[in-house]
Amino acid sequence: MITKLTITNIHVLDQNSAYDFYVNKLGFKLVDDIPMGPDTRWLTVSPPEQPDLQLVLFPVKVSKMFPKEVAESLIDLIKKGIFGCGVLTCNDIFATYEELKEKGVEFIKPPTKEFYGTEALFKDDSGNYFSLQPLNNFDK
Amino acid sequence: MASEQYPKIYLYRRIVQAKLFIDKFYSEKIDLINISNEAYFSKFHFIRLFKSIYGKTPHQYLITVRIEKAKLHLQHNKSVKEVCFLVGFDSASTFSGLFTKLVGITPSDYANQYNERKTKIETSPLAFVPNCYTFVHGWIKNSNFEDENK
Repeated sequence: MITKLTITNIHVLDQNSAYDFYVNKLGFKLVDDIPMGPDTRWLTVSPPEQPDLQLVLFPVKVSKMFPKEVAESLIDLIKKGIFGCGVLTCNDIFATYEELKEKGVEFIKPPTKEFYGTEALFKDDSGNYFSLQPLNNFDK
Repeated sequence: MASEQYPKIYLYRRIVQAKLFIDKFYSEKIDLINISNEAYFSKFHFIRLFKSIYGKTPHQYLITVRIEKAKLHLQHNKSVKEVCFLVGFDSASTFSGLFTKLVGITPSDYANQYNERKTKIETSPLAFVPNCYTFVHGWIKNSNFEDENK
């Protein structure tokens, strides 16, 4: 029986830039940064309070995994901001918004009251976007 | 952004600036007077607001930042005593006690565990990557990890 989500991918265009974004700007914890060749790393991070969930910062480039056409299409879609990678929660959305802005995170939408609660949207360094919501949006 | 959707923006900005001040100057002798002055609050008001946002008092948050930075220094083979002063503690015993309380193991044990894992990674890096990922990347087939498509 499935019990939990342990590892998931975030497709990124540059692992160095992604490391800086997720670790230094978002405050995620580095789990592993293991060289796997001249220009690839096994690079995983975790949200600060979820050490058992690993996000693989998965580079998109021409490789065994991504043939040329697929890589080019995926890179284009990522840059266009097509992919939403999920909801990140916080204790206080306004403080988190101000801090992330101060650190240079690009917001698509500032904290805005919606029918489902307050939400902000931001992009990572590649173009993937996340919803940022306070924890109490999920209170039933 | 309508003002009713974003109450008291100036308060949030000042608290965030105080938190970023702690993040930047954690290794120095800062105290609540410094930090609350940075935010233009009274000490009491500042503590209350900070805790309501971050779940910790400013002092608790400062300790957390110092311990997290200490971990990074220990990972770079600095001695416990050296790390203690690098992150802003005055006493090695205070530092060790707080580290053990927050991390669950002593600074020495943390350094030893980290180095052991680091050695294992250097010896057998693939042991730390799920097999499904090594397979799709072709990291199993090519011992020097060269890309098949190159």
